[in-house]
Amino acid sequence: MDLFVQQTVNALALGGTYALLALGLAVVFSIMGLINFAHGELMTISGYTLMYCGIAGVPFVISVPLAILAAMVAAVAMERIAFRPVRGGSGATMLITSFAVAMILQVLFQNLISARSQAVMLPPLLSESLRIGNVIIGVNKIAAIVATVLMLVFLDRFMNRQKTGIAMRAAAEDFAIARLMGIRANTVIAGAFAISGLLAGVAAVLWVSQRASVDPLMGFTPVLKAFIAAILGGLGSLRGAVAGGFLLGFIEVYLAAFLPQELQEFRDPIGLGIVVLILLFRPNGMIPSRVLGSVKV
Amino acid sequence: MTRAPLLSAQGLVVRYGAIEAVRGIDFSIHEGEIVTFLGANGAGKSSTLNALVSLVPAAEGQVLFGGEDITDVAPERLAPMGLTLAPEGRRVFGGLTVEENLRMGAYGVRSAEKREAAWDMVHDLFPILHERRHQFAGTLSGGQQQMLAIGRALMCGPRLLLLDEPSLGLAPQIVGQIFDLIALLRERDVTLGIVEQNVAMALEVADRGYVMAGGRIVAEGTAAELRQTDRLQAAYLGGS
Repeated sequence: MDLFVQQTVNALALGGTYALLALGLAVVFSIMGLINFAHGELMTISGYTLMYCGIAGVPFVISVPLAILAAMVAAVAMERIAFRPVRGGSGATMLITSFAVAMILQVLFQNLISARSQAVMLPPLLSESLRIGNVIIGVNKIAAIVATVLMLVFLDRFMNRQKTGIAMRAAAEDFAIARLMGIRANTVIAGAFAISGLLAGVAAVLWVSQRASVDPLMGFTPVLKAFIAAILGGLGSLRGAVAGGFLLGFIEVYLAAFLPQELQEFRDPIGLGIVVLILLFRPNGMIPSRVLGSVKV
Repeated sequence: MTRAPLLSAQGLVVRYGAIEAVRGIDFSIHEGEIVTFLGANGAGKSSTLNALVSLVPAAEGQVLFGGEDITDVAPERLAPMGLTLAPEGRRVFGGLTVEENLRMGAYGVRSAEKREAAWDMVHDLFPILHERRHQFAGTLSGGQQQMLAIGRALMCGPRLLLLDEPSLGLAPQIVGQIFDLIALLRERDVTLGIVEQNVAMALEVADRGYVMAGGRIVAEGTAAELRQTDRLQAAYLGGS
């Protein structure tokens, strides 16, 4: 039972990180139909910011917002430089563009920083753990869960109360008509990228705080997982992205914890098998986007 | 009609790839008028309206609105200028509440005073929208969605409101309500351009009309004149 509680906390922490990443992908996808594979490189940029801040002796409470800000700025710049010229292009064109952006950034990290994994200095507090009854919970896990909840509440407020957030929901449903209302395409798209950068930045801080290292390919695996989570939840649906992220976190952590030793080698195929099985029964994901597949001028 | 028209189009052409949907038409709408565009399916009426608000690009020709050339102006700049469209098929934001839909309609309006005036007018015209303001637009009936689409368009305080097939797919008694509403809008000095397949109703509320066939204007005149011409019939039967 204690093991179960412990693993559930782990699953919430990992699932929350996937959820934030999947949300970042979904916000951009819902508005402009782009699956941004360079989302992972936003994480990497955040990771390197944390690393350099650590080297420069910047206190952690300041380096965290700086790292998040770096991802936001990078996301907006990415849109302006790489994605705006292909806006309105086919989904495939935009997807390939995002691959190109990801690869260019990876090569830049490898050549300008280091191809190897670099250590990131973290406050010792993060590697401590709390003992509650018989359950031992890492501070970093608790931080991850708290940060995820805060981000989800913030995003919910933003999308439902703020004029810009409501405009983003409107644009996600019907971009052409939203523009007709006077909602500027550039504002909404830049806003979507800023939010996806914010989410990637927070996820990166959480990711790095579990590992204390950063490398040029750091963002690849979590974003691939987030992509799976977004599809599992229903591509383009924000609630679906959150649900898919948590579900994937639970599947991975529980399989790692409770699968018999001799099957552990097959953990990933079994996990993906479960994902495929869910998609067989719900081909559009758990909480499909209502607008996907509707006509857009 | 010696004053300059509120909106005028010259030689307007709309193409979708190789297909020419609108083949060089001239028309104008004056302040305070209700002008209707009639014609069979595929005559190019909706393409014309969509080109006016830049939802589809005008391949050739020029559109003037309030003396300004708006041919290539981005759609988001037109609502603040006072030109908007309630599109065919209503296209309300189903996942937004009625109130949020209306707020989005006023998105481009800077002055809080103008926003409130529009808000009051819309709530005055459509008490049902006020009643349902916290409901998701997707859960409204077709007629209510059409009212919301028109209300949303009115929220920007337009000088010219374009309505694309406002009665399409609605039950007959609801169609009557929509046209009653159009008559009310005229009392409030809203200038209207209406594309309609319900010819009798359209000619009843309109001052003037253009009859389109095959992407061209084949007849024009006052509503009374159009009710009598046989060209109207010809346009619907496929001749021109």
